[in-house]
Amino acid sequence: MLVQTKGLTKSFGGLTAVNQVDAEIETNKITAIIGPNGAGKSTFFNLISGLHPPTEGTIHFKGTDITKLRTYEIARLGVGRTFQTTHLFEQSTVLDNVIIGHRLRTKSGLFDSIFKTGRLKREEAACREKAHEVLEFVGLSEMSHRLVSDISQEAKKRTAFALALATDPEIVFLDEPAAGINPEETDGLAELMKKMVDKGITVCLIEHKMKMVMSIADKIIVLNHGKKIADGTPDEIKNNELVIQAYLGGDTNAPVN
Amino acid sequence: MEKVLTNRNLSMLLLAIAILFPLFTDNQYVLHIFSLTFIWTIAVHGLNLIGGFTGQLSLAHAGFFGIGAYSVGLLTVKMGLNFWLALVLGLIITTAIGFVIGLVALRTKEHFFAIYTLCVGYIIYLLLYKWEELTEGVRGLIGIPVPAPIGPITFDTPRNQYYLLLFFLVLVIFLMHRIMNSIIGRTYIAIRNSEELAETIGIATMKQKMVSFVLSTFFAGLSGGLYAAFVRFIGPDISYISVTFDMLMYLIVGGMGTLSGPLIGTLLIVWLSQYLQFLQNYRMLIFGPLLTLLIIFYPRGIAGGYQMWRAKRYMRKTQQLMQPVNPVSMKEEK
Amino acid sequence: MIDILVQQIFNAMTIGSVYSLVALGLTLVYGILHIPNFAHGALYMVGGYMTLIVMLETGVHYLLAIVASIFVVGILAILMERLVFHPLRNAPPTHDKIAAIGMMLFLEALVQLVWGAEYRPMPTPFGQVVEFFGLTVTMQRILIIGTAIVVMILLNLFLKKTMVGATIIAMSQDREGAFLVGINANKVAMLTFFISGGLAAIAASIASPINLVFPGMGHLVILKAFVIIIIGGMGSIPGAIIGGYILGFSESLSATFISNDYKDLIAFLLLVVILTARPKGLFAKGVH
Repeated sequence: MLVQTKGLTKSFGGLTAVNQVDAEIETNKITAIIGPNGAGKSTFFNLISGLHPPTEGTIHFKGTDITKLRTYEIARLGVGRTFQTTHLFEQSTVLDNVIIGHRLRTKSGLFDSIFKTGRLKREEAACREKAHEVLEFVGLSEMSHRLVSDISQEAKKRTAFALALATDPEIVFLDEPAAGINPEETDGLAELMKKMVDKGITVCLIEHKMKMVMSIADKIIVLNHGKKIADGTPDEIKNNELVIQAYLGGDTNAPVN
Repeated sequence: MEKVLTNRNLSMLLLAIAILFPLFTDNQYVLHIFSLTFIWTIAVHGLNLIGGFTGQLSLAHAGFFGIGAYSVGLLTVKMGLNFWLALVLGLIITTAIGFVIGLVALRTKEHFFAIYTLCVGYIIYLLLYKWEELTEGVRGLIGIPVPAPIGPITFDTPRNQYYLLLFFLVLVIFLMHRIMNSIIGRTYIAIRNSEELAETIGIATMKQKMVSFVLSTFFAGLSGGLYAAFVRFIGPDISYISVTFDMLMYLIVGGMGTLSGPLIGTLLIVWLSQYLQFLQNYRMLIFGPLLTLLIIFYPRGIAGGYQMWRAKRYMRKTQQLMQPVNPVSMKEEK
Repeated sequence: MIDILVQQIFNAMTIGSVYSLVALGLTLVYGILHIPNFAHGALYMVGGYMTLIVMLETGVHYLLAIVASIFVVGILAILMERLVFHPLRNAPPTHDKIAAIGMMLFLEALVQLVWGAEYRPMPTPFGQVVEFFGLTVTMQRILIIGTAIVVMILLNLFLKKTMVGATIIAMSQDREGAFLVGINANKVAMLTFFISGGLAAIAASIASPINLVFPGMGHLVILKAFVIIIIGGMGSIPGAIIGGYILGFSESLSATFISNDYKDLIAFLLLVVILTARPKGLFAKGVH
């Protein structure tokens, strides 16, 4: 078990976005989190990555309690993530965007930069090397010197993946990686996720594109109105009454099609 | 042509001109205005570091400028300290206050940070203005001594003062250059870009913002301390919020988040103001709308625009070399 | 002792009324567009000048001059929204503040050019001194308190009872949702700016006879209005009203019992204390 939540709850004022969720994410598997809009999926991600403090419940990563840790501390333990909107720096090159991803493994500070110390040079070289390595991994080597504003939506998604991978994570949380890109590109990203798992990186994603989810996920967790209503293999989820009802009642993205 | 006109060579050329310039002119007025430009540029670099590069628009910088200036003024005039000792102490005082304010201010975000720092700036102004026992209030401090000689070098002539200020400016630019071209600088830019994203890639944003903020107050304090000894008279007005707005304008015109922007913007606006002196207090009739229009239509400023132009040109060249253009980018058109 | 206290409470009500009106305009705009309008103080200043100049130039009654001022400043606020804030709606968060600062500097320089930099008194037909529950006060101060209360009640009725008002509330609560149900966001934004400018004009016009009119008169007021809406919760209407009076009382009392010199510091110290304890303001709604 890589990540485990128990009774995870988050309320904003009177609204409970995530309600008593017990979830388990297994090592080296692809876990998908699905559910109608407003089901609390993104909030669930934000809780695990420490962007919001939970109202109740605990989160364990590799057996350690990370419930109260800060976001950057959680990242340093090996938890990476991407956002729905990529948040990349558009006026900069792909490579420059990704280099900073390895910063968390460096120790240089202001004085190192002013005096250009040996440590700084070593660490900058390491960051650059890491960036090239992950860009190669996501298939963007050729584009590394293009401005982000110049590349396609799909390439931006890959850049965001690369940035998360540059942190040397053991698990990555991908928030709607396939939103806004076409079906062929979606297949490409699915391949990439499988490649991550092959490399020993656990993947957890939020996704609305059911065809993709059903084909790549080893396990699916379904949220509705902040509650976990089901989890299991794609086949189990397809035939789950509660899930079908939740989708028919709320959203058009039915899991079965 | 391309190879000769690198940023580095251009900077060196400018530096050479700046060093040789006083040898060819006796015009004290021109030297005076250039010296003032150097002082303000240092402060604008401070504002640029926290606002332009780190993305936290601080509106308290005239306040820190004032603290630096009054520290030096009070320590030299009232306690008779040597200028250099006063400057060092003044910088310690400014950064210590900057540190304490940063601890609180940086916990707030965006609008709150801007409003908070605006209020902090105003508090500093009010204190300098009302705390008459210490600051002489509206009368201000007069007779601040020029910087004490270092060995045989004295600073009592406009030319020598010009060189002294040029030295500090070059030092500040050099520091900024080193910082911003390293992963330390990239860290600040990552925070400006998205604080959330920066946190999730393991950057301790609060700590990084603190370092950036304190260093930016250091520059503001340095600028203020130099101003005190150069102009030799200071009043509470130097810390008023309109001074922060002036700095902000220099920065926007020159280019926020660029290394050359502070110098370009300050040079341009300070000199323009000299020609527009007949307008006096009404110069904001021109500069106010200019600020608004620039931020709407050309937020990059002069240096930022030039950078973008170069990046675009570079992109075109490399794309021609790397035929075929990646198929992915062609699919994007829907 | 009791006399002084009662007198001070009355003063506090006067100051608080002005603060509340300014803060209300600021908070309305923030609620709708999430813009802290740094140029709001300039609107206040223009409001003061318009009333003064209309009175002096045309000789119309004070109250009529205020009505003219409301329209001029309201339209000025609409222009600001259309020409500056609207084009910047997708820009990075620092940009709208800088643009507002530019407009503020411009308006101040313009007013100074046209009407001069000197401090000018504003005549009022309500200068007579009256006995009011045993207090000796000028009619003007009673007018300030009364006007503020009437304006607040009218604003409340407008927001609660009219369709347009309800739209403003809906939009401030849920921007995205408002778009979905087909609210014309542009119209609502313009209307909100008009109201905001009008409130600033009223506040300046009623406060000027007891203060003075000058180009920098908006600086302190806007800073304090920001403090108020942070205390009361950015975007909250009752928060702006209560916050205004809280600040009025703290200032009035500290002027009497501590020092008149430092009374302007109270607001900022309050802010420093509040933001130190709660970085998102006192009544911050949950994270979005």
